[in-house]
Amino acid sequence: MQYENEMKIEFMSKSQNEAFARVVVAAFVSQLDPTLEELSDIKTAVSEAVTNAVIHGYENGPGMIYLACRLEGNETYIEIQDKGKGIEDIKQAMEPLYTSKPELERSGMGFTVMETFMDVVEVRSIPGEGTTVYMMKRLHSV
Amino acid sequence: MNVVCTMEKRNMIIKIQGEIDHHTSEALREKIDKAYERYNAKNIIFDFSEIPFMDSSGIGVIMGRYRNSSQKGGQVAIVHLQPQIERVFQLSGLYKIIHRYETIDEALKMLQ
Repeated sequence: MQYENEMKIEFMSKSQNEAFARVVVAAFVSQLDPTLEELSDIKTAVSEAVTNAVIHGYENGPGMIYLACRLEGNETYIEIQDKGKGIEDIKQAMEPLYTSKPELERSGMGFTVMETFMDVVEVRSIPGEGTTVYMMKRLHSV
Repeated sequence: MNVVCTMEKRNMIIKIQGEIDHHTSEALREKIDKAYERYNAKNIIFDFSEIPFMDSSGIGVIMGRYRNSSQKGGQVAIVHLQPQIERVFQLSGLYKIIHRYETIDEALKMLQ
């Protein structure tokens, strides 16, 4: 039978939880014995998505972030959702170096990092309702 | 996160122990900028030997410090990069504006 496992957590939108989220996902994915490089790719992508939810989704205000991770064979699926302000123009938001908050010294590389380190990145967003980032990474070490 | 700034002439060497993300980058930025002003530093050398993780928030921090030092005619260098962070750097195009050296001594020799 194919390997399968799943977990879901929710946590407050606080910058402290960026480290929490990436460590939780790394711990969960570790059961597949990924390489250090694969694990750090996943951690970095999760960190970027959660940071976007904190800074852009909720604009550093209150809210909950929902994280789900599913392991299927050698594929890792990660879903990070906020119920914040949403993105008007997803294509523009995903352009390298684009940032809606240049005053915060953001590099505008968040989505580019996610797309480089993961095999699939999809963003769905409804302005006023929130944003969900879906990511998938195939672990070649498995 | 622990940040230690030491001076070598007008080169400020910044040794960071810990992870750089959006959460830690705000305190990091503040500490570096304060020390940079106080010591009247020109060049900045980031020692990455004890930074196990950095996401794109770190790119923003380095770009901002590059801006500050170039206003004083200074340069920014990084040493002892870990492989994971190396990939974030390559992606960002930061190598076009900052220098990478193997050791602090080499960076000190090259930065004028």
